[in-house]
Amino acid sequence: MSYNCVVLVKQVPDTKRITGRAMNDDGTVNRAALPAVFNPEDLNALELALDIKDCYGGRVTVITMGLPAATTVLREALYRGADEAILVTDRRCAASDTLATSYILSCAVSKLDYDIILCGRQAIDGDTAQVGPQIAEKLGITQVTYLERVIELKGRVMVARRNMGNGWQEVRTALPVLVTVIDEANEPRVAAAKRLMKYKDAATRAELESGGDGELRCKVLTDKGLLIRQWGLDDLGADLSWCGREGSPTKVHRIQSVVLEAKESKVVEAAPAGISAMVHELIDDHTIG
Amino acid sequence: MIDVNTAGEVWIFAEQRAGTLADTPLELLSKGRELADALGVKLGAVLMGQNVSGLCATLGHYGADKVYLVEDAMLAQYQANSYTRAMGELIHEHRPQIVLYGATPVGRDLAPRIASNLKAGLTADCTDLQIGDHEVKKTGSVYKNLLFQIRPAFGGNIIATIINYDRWPQMATVREGVMPMPEPDMKRKAEVVRHNVSLSAEDLPIEILREEMQGRKVNLKASRVIVAGGAGVGSKENFRLIYDLAHSLGAAPGATRAAVDLGFIDRDHQIGQTGTTVRPSLYVAVGISGAIQHHAGMSESKKIIAINNDPDAPIFSAAHYKIVGDLNAVVPMMIKAIKEKV
Repeated sequence: MSYNCVVLVKQVPDTKRITGRAMNDDGTVNRAALPAVFNPEDLNALELALDIKDCYGGRVTVITMGLPAATTVLREALYRGADEAILVTDRRCAASDTLATSYILSCAVSKLDYDIILCGRQAIDGDTAQVGPQIAEKLGITQVTYLERVIELKGRVMVARRNMGNGWQEVRTALPVLVTVIDEANEPRVAAAKRLMKYKDAATRAELESGGDGELRCKVLTDKGLLIRQWGLDDLGADLSWCGREGSPTKVHRIQSVVLEAKESKVVEAAPAGISAMVHELIDDHTIG
Repeated sequence: MIDVNTAGEVWIFAEQRAGTLADTPLELLSKGRELADALGVKLGAVLMGQNVSGLCATLGHYGADKVYLVEDAMLAQYQANSYTRAMGELIHEHRPQIVLYGATPVGRDLAPRIASNLKAGLTADCTDLQIGDHEVKKTGSVYKNLLFQIRPAFGGNIIATIINYDRWPQMATVREGVMPMPEPDMKRKAEVVRHNVSLSAEDLPIEILREEMQGRKVNLKASRVIVAGGAGVGSKENFRLIYDLAHSLGAAPGATRAAVDLGFIDRDHQIGQTGTTVRPSLYVAVGISGAIQHHAGMSESKKIIAINNDPDAPIFSAAHYKIVGDLNAVVPMMIKAIKEKV
């Protein structure tokens, strides 16, 4: 039996490489100054999907929601072996929190035939790990989080091992299922040279429209089979009141930047007053508290 | 969708496994108590499982006014679907204003599923929670007494304060070990409110074939604060100071190789080149001289406090806060200062 896998991926700023210059004066992150990367654990999810395809057959479809520039991660997925890629992009998606994001992505996934939905456990920009389970609930399907290994797929049943941090669990469940994959699961394959040559010019309409001759270039790519599918909220039939800012219950009250001063050191007097002042300082800057 | 209910209670999810409470719900009770008192409402703990009613008393001792008890054979093992179902029913019925979960593997599996079910907000992995007001600049509307959900984001480069004011409850998962453990008051008693849930086989789509869970293991890597002791602590008995300070900070206890070799503490706690490498927000080095091998394992800590009686100890060159003095005097002062402030 073959399985249709849908992999949900995200383009994220490389938070491991944040430097002083990546922070704006108001404490917000200047995303433009950061390299954008394929969220690491989403690569593990893609690898698992490709592995399932290699073993059992089926299709691997990759979806990302983001700005037109996020098409980059879709091309990377195609280089690695995905059969199809879809960009969900719409200005009205802006400011979506995890709940709104999960609603929009669940609308997109619902348009496809799927047996297994795969996501990385969490994205390195927010580290929330929320969108996967939130989508599973919206679709009314089972979730298997922290997936370390698929032990067996037989008919409509999956046996998998979960990493629970302080131990492990082997679970059996019926398909369809949504899994969130951890980085210990596998070693993601690199892009295949042949596929890279084949898909390097693949693009979405949104990317082409930002340049000149958008229509003509779309037609050329369509003829070559290289136009990456793109969906807006209207294509998804999404209820706008559950998308973007309006669909997001959580809002930002304040952002503070964590100022890292290079080993600026203080001598603290070994007496109650000095120690109390130090503790106060650490509470104020959220180091403890 | 659940409307705002400013009279609602503050709730915590009392995660248990095989009839034993983890530390996390107790930590949540300490923060929850503070929030409930600030809002003038009751603090509730939601306890689910099979034959777990014996834990109600403990939850009361640690600060719960009420325990919402859901006992059912089908809740014996945690599963996202069945627990979401039960929690969703309780929240709809009682409309708490705040619901807190530990950011444990179970909490992070469950809370987003519940949030999605209720179409409510959820903030992950908070390191602090406060009550405060928010003004919407565009409309000038002021929302009073909201839950400020404070968490690091962007790999710890920013601290974000998240709120939700139009759809409730306000929910958050809270990082393990950041809230101090409360002192139990054996005289406190919680009112027990039983709730029955009707579950079917559909609510248990997962079959757990095998599992192996270790008891509570030191997780130095995941700790936001670490208190480490060196040979200077002097003895295994005196290492009690390290545990006490760690406890007051919700921190993990660590040690240098020298302290481990002297038998002061278990090797699991060793930090350094031949131990664990850590990057906590705060590293408190007590009686540690600062050998290069140790330095390699902790130099990327965001803030370092060093306590040593030798002013020339190399550890001081790495420290942000330098305290030259007798650790036997300084550590108790620190514990006292923390207890007064936090």
